[in-house]
Amino acid sequence: MSRQSNRTTESKKMNSELFTLTYGALVTQLCKDYENDEEVNKQLDKMGYNIGVRLIEDFLARSSVGRCHDFRETADVIAKVAFKMYLGITPSVTNWSPAGDEFSLILENNPLVDFVELPDNHSNLVYSNILCGVLRGALEMVQMAVDVRFAQDTLRGDNVTEIRMKFVKRIEENLPAGDE
Amino acid sequence: MADEALFQFLHNELIQYVYKSSEQGEMENARCITKLENMGFRVGQGLIERFTKDTARFKDELDVMKFICKDFWTSVFKKQIDNLRTNHQGIYVLQDNKFRLLSQLSAGKQYLEHAPKYLAFTCGLVRGGLANLGVKSIVTAEVSVMPACKFQVMIQKV
Repeated sequence: MSRQSNRTTESKKMNSELFTLTYGALVTQLCKDYENDEEVNKQLDKMGYNIGVRLIEDFLARSSVGRCHDFRETADVIAKVAFKMYLGITPSVTNWSPAGDEFSLILENNPLVDFVELPDNHSNLVYSNILCGVLRGALEMVQMAVDVRFAQDTLRGDNVTEIRMKFVKRIEENLPAGDE
Repeated sequence: MADEALFQFLHNELIQYVYKSSEQGEMENARCITKLENMGFRVGQGLIERFTKDTARFKDELDVMKFICKDFWTSVFKKQIDNLRTNHQGIYVLQDNKFRLLSQLSAGKQYLEHAPKYLAFTCGLVRGGLANLGVKSIVTAEVSVMPACKFQVMIQKV
């Protein structure tokens, strides 16, 4: 039967399409529910955060990477292990600030926007903003406060998609008093 | 690629979002289910279009249903439907004994009342897929023991 032939290879791709399309449906719904794009961006970031704080556990369990010694190592793990594992892409890490506390992830292609075109009336929408939330949430769970934002986006006519990440501070664990 | 976890988390957020932005109550619950179902419908339409572009034409309705149970289900939920039954008059019951989106929930009775939230999107997914294959239907789901569930597809004759 001809129909059975190309199934196995297709099914992997299919699964990432499920994710892409579901995300699309979500953004569409948010755009319907909220008046302006800023609100949508905020909501996406929030949802990403919720995903991130859970995803980090899955990530640590699956990847068995150890503790990172500096922010550069963190950047490498995010780009080479995490993005590879969950989105099947490996962004490049560039544009380090002199102080070494800020860098960019350059995404050559972003699976989230596979079937997407932004209509004119959504010029302020940061379509993939959920990624910022995910990164922020996940890193917060490993005691790192970071600032994440989109610097460039292919959806808005830029050549590449660039996520800018800035290290804010190390989160100290506050143990409750008397609890060692 | 381990994006399966990613999809599950996204699906959970979808549900959280839809329910948080609504009021409590029976009416609202139905509205939330509809909203989730509609999102699933869109996704189902898109998926089936991508998925069937190189496949042969389907023989009949049953052939379509088998496709949903086997190929479609495997790609989306990593397993086949465990049991497909039909009365040959347009009603199909698809039984999944370990439904992926329920498997993370406690298997006891505790969260049974919340189960419909986790099925609505998939109902839409199936309905959307079928719709784009030219089969108009109504899809409902029921759970009696987690994580098993049954999807009932009622074909609407035109």
